[in-house]
Amino acid sequence: MTWDEMGQLLWENTGQTAQMVVWSTLFTVLLGLPLGVALVVTDRGGLFPSWTLNRVLALIVNIGRSLPFIILMIAVIPLTRLIMGTSLGTAATVVPLTLGAAPFFARLVETALREVGGDKVQAAHAMGASRMTIVGKVLLPEAMPGLVAGLTVTVVALISYSAMAGTIGGGGLGDLAIRYGYQRFETTLMVATVVVLIVIVQLVQTLGDTVARRIARN
Amino acid sequence: MIDVSGLRKVYRDRGREVTAVECVDLHVREGEIFGVLGQSGAGKSTLLRCVNLLERPTEGTVTVAGQELTALGEAQLRRARQRIGMIHQHFALLSSRTVAGNVAFPLEVMGLGKAERARRVAELLELVGLADKARVHPAQLSGGQKQRVGIARALAGNPSVLLSDEATSALDPGTTQSILALLKRLNRELGLTILLITHEMNVVKTICDSVAIMRDGRIEESGTIPELLARPGSRLAAELFPLPAPEPGHVTITFTGQADEPVVSQVVRKFDVDVNILGGALEEVAGVSSGRLRLRLTGQERAAALTYLAERGLLVEESR
Repeated sequence: MTWDEMGQLLWENTGQTAQMVVWSTLFTVLLGLPLGVALVVTDRGGLFPSWTLNRVLALIVNIGRSLPFIILMIAVIPLTRLIMGTSLGTAATVVPLTLGAAPFFARLVETALREVGGDKVQAAHAMGASRMTIVGKVLLPEAMPGLVAGLTVTVVALISYSAMAGTIGGGGLGDLAIRYGYQRFETTLMVATVVVLIVIVQLVQTLGDTVARRIARN
Repeated sequence: MIDVSGLRKVYRDRGREVTAVECVDLHVREGEIFGVLGQSGAGKSTLLRCVNLLERPTEGTVTVAGQELTALGEAQLRRARQRIGMIHQHFALLSSRTVAGNVAFPLEVMGLGKAERARRVAELLELVGLADKARVHPAQLSGGQKQRVGIARALAGNPSVLLSDEATSALDPGTTQSILALLKRLNRELGLTILLITHEMNVVKTICDSVAIMRDGRIEESGTIPELLARPGSRLAAELFPLPAPEPGHVTITFTGQADEPVVSQVVRKFDVDVNILGGALEEVAGVSSGRLRLRLTGQERAAALTYLAERGLLVEESR
């Protein structure tokens, strides 16, 4: 394999990984953020206390969290087919990736929101703020550094999940490593894949840290 | 201005009932600074949170500025709270917002437009002396400055009542005095009625007009400070002027405002008695110098001397 061919492969598959990660991150936030908020506000002493709902949500999140991603991915293939029309290809992996990462992110959101001091919530109540206002203007903005840190961890996890998704036909760097590194003993390509992954994770983590620090400094 | 009657608050914690406040009546007059004094755990914090219904009382009614809060629904209560300011021990400022943003928060809640908010924020920051800190984040402020932001925020809705939850307890003595001076000024200039809770006698004697002493969820005594100091067996006097435990025959005299009169030497000159001063304490309370003396009086005309002292307007208590 020439360097040109290798570069071409790496470029294409990195692009696919990026697509998987970006889209699934988007849907993970759309699903996981409300879920995490719901876990906090429905808890005892929360803004909208509902013990039953809280238990149901916690159960859903725990089920999602207790399945290793590689098993979850296979288990939801019928659902993936239902939503995307196929279980193969980069776009189709967004379904299992989102389902795998959303409960994880929801727990991180929950932790970040619980860090917000109760006195701030109480002060907002004393000012006559409605409960929705408190969620939108107190809880979420005050938890922002923690939310960004949680998102960073989630994106890194998604990169790792996306590599697994590659093994069942999702494309991307995982697919590349299996097909060339594992099945064809292309050691150079394997090493290059590893390097690209390390660089991507470093970039994501550094970006996340910088943003979180900038918000927290205020 | 604030009327609390028959207040009782019971918490249920895993099947157990804990009574935090019981049989509390409170009457705060318009324009006064009313202090609730008590140790931590006395229930004063619960009492204060019951006044703006952050805690819903188990029994009793709360009326603020003529409006019975305990009878209101959620939306009405929210509107009523916008007219009741509150400041907190740990300031409770939002770290995600600037100083101006924090003061603007209640104005956003009230639904004011952007221009009006900006105008009002500038006004409020001017009032508390922080006009130059508008764009700074709370993390960069000192404790005293943070509490000033808290005060500006509490005054955003032009409240007639300010509730203060241990507002100076996290501050050093010098800063405490400056915050108390600010509260006193706002009380005078805006006619703001202040209900504060504290465990510090210093706060009571510096700015309070009236005080209630709370213990184990009940109010032990309450009234204006001169009233309480003139009342026999007053706990306020005992705590304000700590003296060693009296022995039988000792006489304790409490005076407010008559510190300039040489009563002791007058007694000695007029009556055939000897006076031993066993202890004494003097304090400036609400701008009036007040104090207590523990005396031993011996001699022929002891009874007449005591009557004379009582006639001079002093509170005379004899220990048996």
